[in-house]
Amino acid sequence: MSAESSINMTNATQAQLSRTAEFIAGAKATVPLIIGAIPFGIIFGTLAEPSGLSTAGALAMSLFVFAGSSQFIALGLLSAGAALPVIIATTFVVNLRHMLYAANLVPKVRHLPQKWRALMAFGLTDETFAAVSNRYLLQENIQNAHWFYLGSFLAMYGNWVLCTALGVGLGELFPDMTEWGLDFAMSVTFIGMVIPHLKSKPMWGAVIVAGAMAIATVTMPHKLGLIVAAVCGIAVGLSLQLLLKAQAASEAQSR
Amino acid sequence: MNEAALIFGMFVATFSVRYLLFAVAGRVHFPSWLSTALAFVPSAVLTAIIVPAVLMPKGELWLSMQNPWLLAAFAAAVIALIRKDLLTTIVGGMLVFVGLKFGLGLG
Repeated sequence: MSAESSINMTNATQAQLSRTAEFIAGAKATVPLIIGAIPFGIIFGTLAEPSGLSTAGALAMSLFVFAGSSQFIALGLLSAGAALPVIIATTFVVNLRHMLYAANLVPKVRHLPQKWRALMAFGLTDETFAAVSNRYLLQENIQNAHWFYLGSFLAMYGNWVLCTALGVGLGELFPDMTEWGLDFAMSVTFIGMVIPHLKSKPMWGAVIVAGAMAIATVTMPHKLGLIVAAVCGIAVGLSLQLLLKAQAASEAQSR
Repeated sequence: MNEAALIFGMFVATFSVRYLLFAVAGRVHFPSWLSTALAFVPSAVLTAIIVPAVLMPKGELWLSMQNPWLLAAFAAAVIALIRKDLLTTIVGGMLVFVGLKFGLGLG
């Protein structure tokens, strides 16, 4: 064996090792976030059947859609009798926040082949974004960082599908579980998600208008009122934010 | 409802949003007003779902101290303000709801 090929071999082994290490580190960094997602996977699985989604449908949704909040909202809309296009449009709107994450990550994925980017996009959840952003913040070297991403994604994905299955099983064991007030679990989860965002006047404006409009438009067919209310809230929030910015700019100028 | 169509549609609506910017990778400029607007999306959508569920749990506006959904939602909001932890909010809110509905027999 020539010296050169032995060096190449070592380099190759090292690269392989570093990939494995990155993959494991990614999975490990996601564990605390996974623990938080466990109850949601289980609750989603238990709520599926009573909301009108079959067992297979619930599992397929977790396998192919892989978006916690959208899946919950879809259940809520299904049980309220919403039309298919409304559920899909709502999913789209709810997931728009992932575009912010993607915009943030673009400089880190630009060098990767399209196949990798597609795979990473499929796994772009709130949890993986949080874990991966931290990795990019702490370590400059991004040569094998996509393996870290993959580790985080697969840990999250495996857990989500498993917990859905567990929830579906629980729901079949205890068919009267819906009468325990589990429908409220969804509302209370969303309350816990919204409250920490209420830190600025524009955000308060967006939320108040969205809530009031949701009541005002409740009689619209196919649950369309939800989208109308959300769009009104977003428009008010954006307008207030832009007004505040313009005000701050003109004050800075007059000083 | 056709479940296959539902899941396929939701897959497209989710994956396209996540993949679009990765696919073009920096060749498209993301306007700043759009990212400002996107910051309001989750809160606005979730609130539009919560408010009718809590104020109209039986289909009609129910603004009363006898409404366990409303009272428990208020309790959950207070818990969320004090403890920023999502799981605490869920468990606390559910306990209040179950206590009011089954303990006190409200609703």
